[in-house]
Amino acid sequence: MQECTVNFVGFLSLLWNSAPDLLRLALIAMVPITLTSVGEVFSEKSGIVNIGLEGILLISAFTSLWAAEVTSSPWIGLLAGLGTGALIGWIHGLIAIPLKGDQVISGIGINLFALGFVAFGIMAVWKSAGYHQAPPAARVPALQTPLGDLSPLIPATILIAILTWFLLNKTVLGLRVKAVGENPEATDVAGISVERTRFFAVIYGASLAGLGGAYLSIDWLSTITKELSAGRGFIALANVVFSGLNPLLALLGGFLFGVFDTLALWIDTVSELKPCLPFAFHNFVKMLPYIATLAVVAVAIGHARFPKQSGQPYRRE
Amino acid sequence: MRTKLWGWFKPLVEGLFAALLGFGIGAVLMLLWKYDPVKAYLALFQGAFGDFGSIGKALSCLLSQGIDACKETGVIYGLYELTNTLTNATPLILTGLTFAIGIRAGLFNIGAEGQVYIGAMAAVAASLFSLPPGLHVLVSILFALIAGALWSLPVALLKATRGVHEVISTIMLNWVGRYLAYYLIATALVDPNRAEKSISIAQSARLLPILPGMDLTASLLVSVLFAGIIYWILWQTALGYEIRAVGLNPDASRYGGIRPTRTMIASFVLGGLAAGLAGATQILGRPPTYALYEDLSNVMNLGFDGIAVALIGRNHPLGAIVAAIFMGGLSAGSNQMQIAAQVPLEMVRVVQGAIILTLAIPELLSIFKIFRRKRG
Repeated sequence: MQECTVNFVGFLSLLWNSAPDLLRLALIAMVPITLTSVGEVFSEKSGIVNIGLEGILLISAFTSLWAAEVTSSPWIGLLAGLGTGALIGWIHGLIAIPLKGDQVISGIGINLFALGFVAFGIMAVWKSAGYHQAPPAARVPALQTPLGDLSPLIPATILIAILTWFLLNKTVLGLRVKAVGENPEATDVAGISVERTRFFAVIYGASLAGLGGAYLSIDWLSTITKELSAGRGFIALANVVFSGLNPLLALLGGFLFGVFDTLALWIDTVSELKPCLPFAFHNFVKMLPYIATLAVVAVAIGHARFPKQSGQPYRRE
Repeated sequence: MRTKLWGWFKPLVEGLFAALLGFGIGAVLMLLWKYDPVKAYLALFQGAFGDFGSIGKALSCLLSQGIDACKETGVIYGLYELTNTLTNATPLILTGLTFAIGIRAGLFNIGAEGQVYIGAMAAVAASLFSLPPGLHVLVSILFALIAGALWSLPVALLKATRGVHEVISTIMLNWVGRYLAYYLIATALVDPNRAEKSISIAQSARLLPILPGMDLTASLLVSVLFAGIIYWILWQTALGYEIRAVGLNPDASRYGGIRPTRTMIASFVLGGLAAGLAGATQILGRPPTYALYEDLSNVMNLGFDGIAVALIGRNHPLGAIVAAIFMGGLSAGSNQMQIAAQVPLEMVRVVQGAIILTLAIPELLSIFKIFRRKRG
């Protein structure tokens, strides 16, 4: 058994030395959570809550890898992810808007369906139980940066967050989205279609989650498994609460969760730290992102304000 | 009179319609990937219930000749598939109750998954010491009940004090519970001879099979009894009345003098008790394992399946029993489906998901009216 030689100062210097690496990994881990939460912010502004994000991530990860592999083009894979997200968003919208269904139950249905569909699909397409590696031709090529190789989806994610903020706060479309979330009666009277606006918002949001799913399977993790999304859709939901429905804060939150995610992995891999940690301690490290999420939501919720009609179907009188 | 009858039949008709649609979507997917849906569903049904002739023979033999004679001739194994289904249904009744109680109180409690892990661990922990048979079973169950309830408390307290939505807190606690379980199975509860599982449940704490060669134990009775207790609490006590009142209309019940925080905490704790008990039934009363696997595979997804059970059972304790048997049958039959028709057994989850999506629509049967109107 090795002796533990790392004290607290030593730990901090280890952390400092790996800081650039940690930053890079945090940026990588940020993407799916941020994309998903920014999309959900947009959707929730219009009054449509979608807790099926986890399922969208998973199904899109599957379809995008499939499409990318068949066409040998990661770009078509990304489009497939977007499209899959849009399709599921449309189904959720169909249940929530004209059929006035329960949005939470519909979301649960999407998540359950995804669990089965992806496990079934991996088996049906690749004849392997629960696991398939993305071939190199299907992977999104990386950009060369001072921090090392980074996915082009990292700057894209930051751009999408800013764009979504702009869309929500500086355009007529954004005003309409917020209006149907706050006061659908008034918007309806003003001649704006509540249905169409909400459909747009939920499909926009789900598409971004779809892109996040594609990133998981044909970029970051380069694989599909039946548990690939690993709760990221739900962490994104927590991040939406943290952000108070501001896309820019959702970007910040996504980055913070990326940091926690990375830290958990990092502690597990540094060899000097191994003898310092009790047996099976990595399990506690793995709890970190979830406990952090819970803590952040518990602190942040005080100032969060949600649309008046959040989760409510609109019935014309 | 007619409307009252319809009130009874409507959920049934809607449930059947949703099931039909769910199986239909499953069939379409199977056709797309060139599987044979008819063969698959026949195998699924066969695997879930067996055939009625053999069931009838086994039952009449049991009644006339007793267990030993029927075992000798093998007639008893006509019940094999059916008892498998009931064994699968046992924990699902309970996790279904967790979600159903939540919905009755207007809460989306999806924390059963984590509470099952914690309850199962507590049941294992009770085998660290020895007690006389019978008493040991009761103490193990008590441990699991308390552990499940404790794991639900943070959810209730975070909601009461900080307004944290239960969907988020329960999901996070499910993950924390999972890693806590991994940790404890690897350390305090590890089997010194076999690292891949926890210590085995003491003989004195086990629930044994009712029929030889089959997995069904008395835990089914525990489950059904608990469902009965929940039914009694919800419809026969003041607390249950308050829970349902808050669920139906929180504002009106507050004016009526009900304290919503109190009923909220009560419904989370009741749900935690049910989920903890589900963990116990799966560990104490599920031969041949009588232990918790390192990867939690023998308690995994029970909580999530409970959500489907509750929704299909219309959030009613008695409905949960029926729905749990349906779901238990799906998972019992899915193995047979994979063997006979080579359809991956996860197919049944696709069917479940599609059923839930359909049930999210409140006026399912009036969809046809809407479409007719649009066309006309």
